[in-house]
Amino acid sequence: MDSYILGQQLVNGLTLGSIYGLIAIGYTMVYGIIGMINFAHGDVYMISAYISAIALAVVSYFGVQSIPFALLFTLIITMIITGMYGWSIERTVYRPLRSTNRLAPLISAIGVSLVLQNYVQIAQGPNVQGVPTLIDGSFRVGTPEHFVQIKYMSLMIIVISILAMGILTWLIHGTSLGRQFRATQQDRKMATILGINTTRIISMVFVIGSVMAAIAGVLVTLNYGSFDFFIGFIVGIKAFSAAVLGGIGSLPGAMLGGLLLGILESLFSGYVSSDYKDVFSFSVLVLVLIFKPSGLLGRPAVEKV
Amino acid sequence: MTTARALDAIQTQSTGIDFLHSLKEASIAGILTMVVLGPITNLVLDQYDFHFYPLREPILVNGIMLGFVVALGRLFFSLLVQTRSGHDLMQRIGRHSAVSTDTDHDRPRRKKRHIVPALTLSLLASAILATLGLTGAIHKGAAFALILVVLFVWLSYGISVPKRRGEPNSWRISVPLLFAAGFLLPIVLNQAGLLPKVWLSNLTLALIYVLLGLGLNIVVGMAGLLDLGYVAFYAVGAYFLALGAQYLEMGFWTALVLAPLLAAASGAILGFPVLRMHGDYLAIVTLGFGEIIRLVLTNWVDFTGGPNGMPAPAPTFFGLEFSRRASEGHEPFHTFFNLPYSGDYKALFIYLILFAIVAIMLRFLNRLRYMPIGRSWEALREDEVACRSLGINHVNVKLSAFMLGAVTGGVAGVFFATYQGFINPSSFNFFESVLILSIVVLGGMGSTLGIIIAALALTLLPELLRDFAAYRVLIFGLLMIMMMIWRPYGLIRPRRPTFPARVPHAQ
Repeated sequence: MDSYILGQQLVNGLTLGSIYGLIAIGYTMVYGIIGMINFAHGDVYMISAYISAIALAVVSYFGVQSIPFALLFTLIITMIITGMYGWSIERTVYRPLRSTNRLAPLISAIGVSLVLQNYVQIAQGPNVQGVPTLIDGSFRVGTPEHFVQIKYMSLMIIVISILAMGILTWLIHGTSLGRQFRATQQDRKMATILGINTTRIISMVFVIGSVMAAIAGVLVTLNYGSFDFFIGFIVGIKAFSAAVLGGIGSLPGAMLGGLLLGILESLFSGYVSSDYKDVFSFSVLVLVLIFKPSGLLGRPAVEKV
Repeated sequence: MTTARALDAIQTQSTGIDFLHSLKEASIAGILTMVVLGPITNLVLDQYDFHFYPLREPILVNGIMLGFVVALGRLFFSLLVQTRSGHDLMQRIGRHSAVSTDTDHDRPRRKKRHIVPALTLSLLASAILATLGLTGAIHKGAAFALILVVLFVWLSYGISVPKRRGEPNSWRISVPLLFAAGFLLPIVLNQAGLLPKVWLSNLTLALIYVLLGLGLNIVVGMAGLLDLGYVAFYAVGAYFLALGAQYLEMGFWTALVLAPLLAAASGAILGFPVLRMHGDYLAIVTLGFGEIIRLVLTNWVDFTGGPNGMPAPAPTFFGLEFSRRASEGHEPFHTFFNLPYSGDYKALFIYLILFAIVAIMLRFLNRLRYMPIGRSWEALREDEVACRSLGINHVNVKLSAFMLGAVTGGVAGVFFATYQGFINPSSFNFFESVLILSIVVLGGMGSTLGIIIAALALTLLPELLRDFAAYRVLIFGLLMIMMMIWRPYGLIRPRRPTFPARVPHAQ
């Protein structure tokens, strides 16, 4: 086993893992606050890929030449619109179901996922869509024969993910909104009694989760250049696996789980078989759920009678 | 309750109708809809470019227009709620929604159902349609298939209706009669040329979904375990037939007997580790298992044929084959009976076996509901902690539900493989699981009749409404959401089997 191959796989894994981590945040925050698996989250990510491509096309239509400006514009527009998606879905579908049993929200979340996929398919056509490569090039680390190639895009993904996670951590631990969020997560009823508008906090959680998915969507679209209406499903399940691996409900857990799953997956596809890499990710999910359902950083669930 | 109502009344009276507020609400809703849906619908990507369609048709994929529609609708409802009668109306609608299910339980009297008259009427209506079909006004195959469907629903109602102990049971005679009719009528109709092979195939597929719906209903509806990978067992049954024929020279009948055992075993293997888990974790793990099985079937090209799939054998009639020329040492069905060759015999035969098996399954599953095992499923669904404290082994009870569901799925898989004559992994994707789940959800979790109607509707209606094929999944999704919000108990609310009260005179 050569160390440079390992290094290359680690870089690929970190890139992939940051994306998983960003999406996993949406799952873990929603689960932490209302105990529900937001099955449609992967499709919100898919929507953000489409919106980012549309935003890029619009920017280039208006003749903007500066790439940083185009990227910034795309990122912001995608974050805003995807955040609105998160808010609208919560408002129209999940809020009426908040006081029902656990199955109803999950089933309607599957419904939302179907609706989003099919709606995009009808509206944008079933073909694979793409964006032009904006950030090209790479640099090499190591000797001329043995090197690790790092694309600038990968570097950007890792940097932006770390930045986004940093901002989120500050938001949760340093602001009033974050304090209210943590209070609601610990005990919703008590938080309500203490005057926290928990309904608003829950809406905000959906918005934040969707915004994180939007960042992931923009980055993935720029990196791979192609996407279709079905990408949300597999990535969604993998991000959920990442959230479970890190301990669902725990924010650092989601980031850690994402990175870990990304690295494991690229090591597996590098050394064992790339055909079975999805099988591997699902197996990780199943095994974690069976043997350590609380994950790496999560607290074990206490059953209240 | 009364104080709340009085308070509402005071509020509505004191404020009157606030147009400005309504306008504000409406415009916010409209603008939100435009911003959310506009980019996706009105700006269509084309390579690296896009096209702007401000007046796109149909209106469903026009975010700008939808924005106006939503704004108008919001304005209307906002004004409606501010009037006294509109407020009362909305309250009444809201009472049926998911939020207030608690009061729903306490409702002392249930609405009386008129299912038998409804079935009689629909049978009459379909008979009229069929006579119309004979004159050529509408498609005759569809019309006669409708008769069979109504008969089947009637039969399943007769099997599953709760019968009071000690009371005369009129179904004792009519159920066998209905069964005989459902069995013989297709033969007669097909031979008379009124039920072409296409519709026999459609009916077969519908019955396969009935079987799948019934199987998943045990798991989701009765035991309350959300299984999103149910299609795995369906795949196990189908691939067992195909692989068995390929490698072990197994026929349809052998597979039909052995597939349930294999499916039960795989259900136990998959189920045992995951059943200790909490509700939604179970959903995700089963989803993971389902996908793992599909991915393995796709990638293991040497053994399963990969994405190209593999052939599955047709059933034989006591060793007689339905093909035009039989294989070595066998005789074709049509030469044995001195009939002209027709592909219809095979379709008819598969339909008839399936019909008999679905009827047997119905009877069996219906009996299960009365038995301690069925009651423990439902009890465990309602309150797991209470059941465990009463000494019910929750893992075993859940496992039995999981395995029985798997058995049903496996049988359905065998029929699917033989019906298609060919299988590949794309028939067993996640959407298939969701389709079966939506059958169970729409039919009313736990209600046999509802599930049968939902299965027939969801599989046969798309055949009739081919124009809306693109919107099929969209409609499924919307129905799932709306059912969960407004009718969480499904179209037909399950009726729990009850025994007559044994308290003679409680005074």
